Amino acid sequence: MPRLLAALVILALFAAMPEVASAMGQSSLMTLAARILIYAMAAASLNFILGYGGMISFGHAAFFGIGSYTVGILAHHLASGEPLFGIIPGSGDMAVTLPAALLVSGIAAAIIGALSLRTGGVQFIMITLAFAQMLFFFFVALPTYGGEDGTIISSANSVPGLNMRRKATVYYFILGVATVYFLILWRLVHSSFGEVLKGIRQNERRMTAMGIPVYRYKLFAFILAGMGAGLAGALLANFLRFASPDIMHWTKSGELMIMVILGGVGSFFGPILGAAALLVLEFHLAGWSEHWQLALGAILLLVVLGGRGGINGLLARLAGGRR
Amino acid sequence: MSPLLETECLYKRFGGLVATDNVSLAVMSGEVHALIGPNGAGKSTLINQICGELHPDAGRIRLDGRDITGESAARRVHLGIARTFQITSLLEDASVRDNVALAVQACLGGNLRIWDRRAARGEIWRETSRLLESGGLDDRAQARCADLSHGEKKQLELLMAMAAHPRLMLLDEPMAGLGHGESRDMVDRLGEIRKETTILLVEHDMEAVFALADRISVLVYGRIIITGTPDEVRGHPDVREAYLGAEDAPC
Repeated sequence: MPRLLAALVILALFAAMPEVASAMGQSSLMTLAARILIYAMAAASLNFILGYGGMISFGHAAFFGIGSYTVGILAHHLASGEPLFGIIPGSGDMAVTLPAALLVSGIAAAIIGALSLRTGGVQFIMITLAFAQMLFFFFVALPTYGGEDGTIISSANSVPGLNMRRKATVYYFILGVATVYFLILWRLVHSSFGEVLKGIRQNERRMTAMGIPVYRYKLFAFILAGMGAGLAGALLANFLRFASPDIMHWTKSGELMIMVILGGVGSFFGPILGAAALLVLEFHLAGWSEHWQLALGAILLLVVLGGRGGINGLLARLAGGRR
Repeated sequence: MSPLLETECLYKRFGGLVATDNVSLAVMSGEVHALIGPNGAGKSTLINQICGELHPDAGRIRLDGRDITGESAARRVHLGIARTFQITSLLEDASVRDNVALAVQACLGGNLRIWDRRAARGEIWRETSRLLESGGLDDRAQARCADLSHGEKKQLELLMAMAAHPRLMLLDEPMAGLGHGESRDMVDRLGEIRKETTILLVEHDMEAVFALADRISVLVYGRIIITGTPDEVRGHPDVREAYLGAEDAPC
C-alpha cells in the first residue's frame, strides 16, 4: 500500500510538471522532468539485470543509443526519400519507430548478450564495455548519419490524434509510455521469471542444481533489458530531435550505473529516484561551477559508504523509523 | 535387474592428478549406495560428474539405460537426478519458504513466464507447505536462510532436492558438521527419504553409512577397490588398510 501511494505521488508530480513549469516561467523544468523520465526508464532496465539478475553490464548505453539511432535513421531516410539498404523505407510514425527501436535493440542485446554472458565477473564488465565502445566508434565513423556530430530529426514522430509539435504533448506522451513501462516492469519482477532471476543473482550453482539452465535465463533477461533501454533511447531521440554517438559513450553507461547505485540497487523505485537525484544535481550544480562532478563524486561516495540501498533504502529507513 | 545409474570407465584428470580412474559404478533402483573413501579420494569429483557440473574426460554415464554423458546439469535434474552440496549452497538472502518455493517452481515449470504473478500460483505454495512440514522446517518458514543453523541448512538442502521428485538423489556428505543429535535426526530423515528415491550417499560418518547403506563402494585414489554389502566391506583387508585401519576416527 505505501508503495502504491508513492507511485501515485510520483505520477502526480510528473503530471503537474508542465503546468508548474509554465506558472513559474521556467520551461527548462519540463525538459528536466522529461529527461528524468527517460533516464529513469533506461536506468530501470539496467537495474533489472544488475540489481535483480546480478549482471554488472558496463555497456548498457549501447542499447540506449541503438534505440535513439533507430528513430534517427528512420527519420533521415524519411527526409531523404531513399530507403535504408535499398529496401526499408524511412518513417516518422511513432507506431513504426517505437516497435522498430524495441526490435533492433532486442536483436543487438541478443547478440551482445549471447557472447558476453559466456563469461562472468570482471570479464563480463569488460566485454560489455568493449561492445558498447565498438558501437560508439561505429556510429562515429558513419558519415551518412553525421558521424560524431550525430543526426538531426526534423520533427518528433507523429502519433494519431496528438499534436506532437507541442513540447508539452511530447512530454505527456513520454509520461504515458513511462507509466506503462513501469507497470510492465512491476509485473515482470514479480512474475515466475522474475523470481528465477532473483535466485540467479544469489546463487547460480544452486539454480543449476534446481534444474534451471542459467545461461538461457540470463540471456532472456539481458534481451528484455536491452529492449527497455532501446525504448528509452527512442523517446530521447524524439524529445531532443537528435541522435548522436554521445549517448552510447561509456561515460553514459557509467551515468546509468551511478543512477542505479544512487537510487538503490535492486529496488523498484531506486532507478527513478537515482535518475531524478543525478539530473537535478547536475541541473543545479552545473549552474554553480563547471567542476560540478567533484561535488557529485563526494555525494556518491557518501551514499555508497554511508548506507545500504541508496536513496530508496534511506527513505525506507526514514519511513520505518517513524512508526 | 538393470541399474538405475551406471558409470562406465569414467575418467577425469586435473593436470597431473587422476581424480577419477576408470570408475565403473552401478547403483540399483531403490537402494542406498554409499561411497566412502579417505579425503582426496575423488568422491566429490565423481558426484560432480554424475550431476553434470564436471564433464568426464572419458567414459559414459547412463541413467536407467539412457546415455546422459552429454546432457547439461540442469537437464539432468529434469531427468531425475537431484543433489545436495557438501558445503551448503542456498539462496542466503531469501526466506526458507522462498528457497523451497523456487525449487518447487523450477520443477513445475513455467519459469519463463513474464506476465503471471508468482505469488498467485497456488500449486507452488501448496507443495512448498507440504515439503516444509515433511522436513520439520514449517516453523522456520519465514526465517532468512542466512539466519539458519548449520543443521537447519542441511535439512533445507535436502528439502530443495526432494522438491524435484528425483529418481536418484546424490547426497554429498549430508552429516558433515552436524552434532551427534543432529546426525541421528538426519539418519532418520534419510531413512524416510529412501522410501521415495534411490540414494547415492557420500559420507565420512561410518555409523551413518553402516546404518543406512545396502551396498558400499570404497574409492581410493580415484579407483573403486571394492563394492559390496556393509559386512563384506567391513571385513575386507584392503579397506582396513586403505581407510578404516589407517584412520581410527575418519573425519
